[in-house]
Amino acid sequence: MLAFIIRRIGQAMLVIGVMVVIVFFGVNVIGDPVWMLISPEMDQSAVEATKIALGLDKPIWEQFIYFVGNALQGDMGRSFVHGEPAIKLILSRMPATMELALVALFMAILIGMPLGVYAGLKPETRLAKGIMAVSILGFSLPTFWVGLMLIMFFSIMLGWLPATGRGDTVRVLGIETSLLSLNGWTYIALPALNLALLKISLVIRLARAGVREAALMDYVKFARAKGLSQRRIVGVHILKNIMIPIVTVLGLEFGSLVAFSVVTETIFAWPGMGKLLLEAIQRLDRPVIVAYVMVVVVLFVVINLVVDVLYSVLDPRVRLTEAKA
Amino acid sequence: MTDTPISPAMLAGAATPVPKEETPFTRFRKGFFEDKVAVAGLILFSIIVALALLAPLITPQNPYDLRSVDLMDSRLKPGSVAGEGFTTWLGTDGVGRDLYSGILYGLRISLMVGFLSGLIAASIGMAVGLIAAYAGGRVETILMRIVDLQLSLPAVLIALILVAALGKGVDKIIFALVVVQWAYYARTVRGNALVERRKEYVEAAQSLGLSNARVVFRHIMPNCLAPVIVIVTVQTAHAIALEATLSFLGVGLPQTEPSLGVLIANGFQYMLSGSYWISFFPGLALLLTIVSINLMGDRIRDVLNPRLEK
Repeated sequence: MLAFIIRRIGQAMLVIGVMVVIVFFGVNVIGDPVWMLISPEMDQSAVEATKIALGLDKPIWEQFIYFVGNALQGDMGRSFVHGEPAIKLILSRMPATMELALVALFMAILIGMPLGVYAGLKPETRLAKGIMAVSILGFSLPTFWVGLMLIMFFSIMLGWLPATGRGDTVRVLGIETSLLSLNGWTYIALPALNLALLKISLVIRLARAGVREAALMDYVKFARAKGLSQRRIVGVHILKNIMIPIVTVLGLEFGSLVAFSVVTETIFAWPGMGKLLLEAIQRLDRPVIVAYVMVVVVLFVVINLVVDVLYSVLDPRVRLTEAKA
Repeated sequence: MTDTPISPAMLAGAATPVPKEETPFTRFRKGFFEDKVAVAGLILFSIIVALALLAPLITPQNPYDLRSVDLMDSRLKPGSVAGEGFTTWLGTDGVGRDLYSGILYGLRISLMVGFLSGLIAASIGMAVGLIAAYAGGRVETILMRIVDLQLSLPAVLIALILVAALGKGVDKIIFALVVVQWAYYARTVRGNALVERRKEYVEAAQSLGLSNARVVFRHIMPNCLAPVIVIVTVQTAHAIALEATLSFLGVGLPQTEPSLGVLIANGFQYMLSGSYWISFFPGLALLLTIVSINLMGDRIRDVLNPRLEK
């Protein structure tokens, strides 16, 4: 077990190392950020001074070594545009993104599970077929367009919910959150729903497949033979068994929610790190781009690691087959 | 009764009819056309492709010929008559381009980007997957580690960073889409090729003294094509959606090559003031395209899946 965890941590570190190299050299090919920051009236000496101040006069490999050394100390450089440390900017926007992704995740479970379980229990009914058709549509709908349509329908035509921005936030344990005020919920509802759509379809499909498979199992037949109520069979016996794969998949999907929030945050002007990334790309703010990618890569690697380790605890076959291979 | 013409009935009575030769393709075709939903998807998709191909012939305006666009016509409601005299059934956008024309021209770019990137990615991914499976050892480990690394990160993020680094343009976005797609093919093809490699026909080909390249590409590859076809449909739909997303975010295609995503992005700024159609109709076209591909893809997967065979 310990060997398995150590090997996985080693692999994770390797992934992070490779990503540092790829991202740094990749992003530094983007054009010359000096031209973004100097006015056309500046003379040559001022241009040189700006370059030196930003460290752009040095050869790229020297910049890289400097970058890695600083990154190990948690310093990813200063934003060209904001003048603040890039990592600080990212982290200050992180709670908003996490809040959005978490609400979307719970929406996916709360909406997707009942629909999927129903479609699995009564696959021949019209409603079940309708649910499945909607889930195909959910996979096909381009997220950003659905976001626009949600704004159009709920904010402009009906005027129920605000179209953009984040509502009142409350500070809890040093983190700003909008989940503790009703006003905050009205703001988060649309973007979270938009972000959750794809995952709702995913949960519907997973739950339906799980229920259909579980319904044929001996333990379900036995429970039925014992005379348990349908409600208890579904709610306790089946649900417990199908939750494991669903929770695993959703754990892995959490990272993709964070990545996709770039789109949702841009549409709904949600002040998270995705919106920050897009602004940074448009302004060629390299330190912010690099810092964002590194934060997300670390987040991903940690999620994958945790899921892997948890899984191998729950299911020893995983680590045994790997040890053999 | 000497020259009785031979009727089909007599023939049938004389001998058992020779069954029409059944090839994997006819079996596939039969399986596909059994499903009405998939056929509907195919018809819808054919119409969309035809509209895109015929765009210059069936649109009242070339939206990118600036001489034919009149700023006076901007943001006309669907059904209004433009200054040039034709009716704009879907309205006009912010600079007076007819949306119907714009959508058909946009479809051409979206479809082209989707297919081309899918085709290139499939070729690269297949080659990598086959080489990994056939070579084995260290080559396989390294190639598959790269695949794992790539698949552990979401496509939208990789594509976003790539186009941010490369800049706008059709060639750049195709490159980015190829980069995010090839790994899916490589992984699937490798899995299949590993199974195929152990079969007897491969051993036979090797003992005939054929070159490795010939064994891999002429003998193993054709037997790994079924799952590739399935992924092509799914991935093409993804690629079209992803391109639209990137273009919408302003990092994909430039205004001079407006795909559906660019059209939707252009409409976004007018939506809050009530001109819904500029974003709505291109989005609907995008949705129909993706749905039609997915409907076909669902059926193709079922037909080609050996586990579901009766």
